[in-house]
Amino acid sequence: MVPYFSILIMMGFVGILGTAALVMNKIMGPKNFYKDKLSPWECGMPPVGDADRGHFKVHYFLIAILFIVFDVETLFLFPWAVLLADKTISLFIFFEMIIFLVILAVGLAYAWKKGALDWV
Amino acid sequence: MNFAFSIQDVLGVLPEIIIALGACAMLILDLFLERDKKEWVAYLGIFVVILAAIASWCLINTAEPYVMGRMMVIDNYSLFFKFTFYLATILTLLLSINYAKSADLDYRGEFYTLMIFSLCGMLVMASGSNLITIYLGIELMALPIYVLVGFLKNDTRSNEGAMKYVILGGFASGLLLYGMSLIYGLTGTTDLAGINAALSAGTVSPVILTLSIVLMAAGFCFKLAGFPFHMWAPDAYQAAPTPVTAFMAVASKGAAFAAIVRVFLEALYPAYAEWQMILAVIAVLSMFYGNTVAIMQTNIKRMLAYSSIGHAGYALLGLVAGTGEGSAAIMFYILVYTLMNLGAFAVIIMMRKTGKVAGDSIYDYKGLAKNNKVVALVMLIFLFSLAGIPPMAGFMGKLYIFMALINQGYIILAVLGILTTAIAAFFYIRIVLFMYMKEPEGEFDLVKSCALYIVIAISVIGVILLGVVPGSLMELASKAALLL
Repeated sequence: MVPYFSILIMMGFVGILGTAALVMNKIMGPKNFYKDKLSPWECGMPPVGDADRGHFKVHYFLIAILFIVFDVETLFLFPWAVLLADKTISLFIFFEMIIFLVILAVGLAYAWKKGALDWV
Repeated sequence: MNFAFSIQDVLGVLPEIIIALGACAMLILDLFLERDKKEWVAYLGIFVVILAAIASWCLINTAEPYVMGRMMVIDNYSLFFKFTFYLATILTLLLSINYAKSADLDYRGEFYTLMIFSLCGMLVMASGSNLITIYLGIELMALPIYVLVGFLKNDTRSNEGAMKYVILGGFASGLLLYGMSLIYGLTGTTDLAGINAALSAGTVSPVILTLSIVLMAAGFCFKLAGFPFHMWAPDAYQAAPTPVTAFMAVASKGAAFAAIVRVFLEALYPAYAEWQMILAVIAVLSMFYGNTVAIMQTNIKRMLAYSSIGHAGYALLGLVAGTGEGSAAIMFYILVYTLMNLGAFAVIIMMRKTGKVAGDSIYDYKGLAKNNKVVALVMLIFLFSLAGIPPMAGFMGKLYIFMALINQGYIILAVLGILTTAIAAFFYIRIVLFMYMKEPEGEFDLVKSCALYIVIAISVIGVILLGVVPGSLMELASKAALLL
């Protein structure tokens, strides 16, 4: 029980921090809502059908997907970096990670060339 | 730290490595090609598959089949399926080159690349000797196919088919994983041989074992479009680009069979009494449902989708037999099904009438024999083979399945199978009737393409050869089969 107590504290801390950020924003952030600002389109046309569920640029989605890929890469890099100190396997896992990074690089090159990173 | 890694491991998965790197190379090549030269991506794909096939050829009869710490197994069973997948992929790529041009998809090289990525997943599925590897292979196979089904971006039906496939596919993956995790909970291992040993010891709770078998059977039957889990198949098959339909019908179904046969015979065999009834019910319902509903279809892709549900039922009967003979019959059946189905799809892609891309409606085939005797004849061969009429290979495929059943005493199942074959003959022969007995309505303008001729030639030769002299291939399958 005791060894996991610190994790419980951390979870509580993270929860409080997250809630606090949202609450502070709610209390102290400037609020200036008016009808035109809240409507999805700003070209004067009233939204019809599915359009009034809000709007977002499809580029956010592409960037988010790319972000997740490299987020996961970082996730793998941390335990890898710790294990790299073990001399018996370091050479092997070094090249293994290089292969992994090359595969991700191919994906990034593809997305880049296809224009996923251009913010029009 | 327990760590063992040798050059043997790399050599064992060399085909998968070649396919994965080749797919990356195709992706990069696609970026630097002119709009009208994208077919070179497909040619590179064919080259990559041939390289992988050579690598697999060198692995036949390896002394130490288990590689990667028992995660993968390179036995002849998996190699037999892999060669079937290589054949299916090469033929599909040849079909795609022409189709992509006529459907205005030829400026997107990803069409070919995604098939190669999917092939990589199928190879992993055929070789997986651990539930984790098999699940990884299933996802790797399915994700590119989801994209390919929805590849006709401006066609709402294509979008709908892809959406249904993704959502139901995710649901089925969930069921499969749930079954796998229950098995892990019962036996404490995900290794197939380990599960077999733990089940043989007989200390597991029978209720939870049955539950996990039901869940895994449901997950696999979704992938091979068995009866209660077939709902996605007609929509996805009809809406997908025709070469993708062919690819899904043969390769993805074949991979699902490679995995289900290995899991059920290698890992769950001690529970044979529990699962043979479940699979027998699924198989019989698939045969009846697929073949009966196919009668009502007027769209040939939809008709072949329902017929593929029926064919999944026949092949599943081989697993119900639960013997090496049964699994050899499945291997033979999948290879034959690949040849005859891809041949039929090649004719569908070839069909055209002046002014419009036709070939989707069965009425378009009226009077084809009066216009082009050769194309009508090869379509007749493929349809007769699908119906299971001798001397085509489809007959031998069904014969081996029914023999395996009868040798195990499942006479009633064999009779039901033969009964549904008679039902199925109706809708296959109806198209033959249209081709030979009716007058043509409008002019035919068949596609003239070398790639299509090659596909049809290979399929016709294969279907007739395997129908007349199936012995040597069946012998290969029997030697490679599991549980002998």
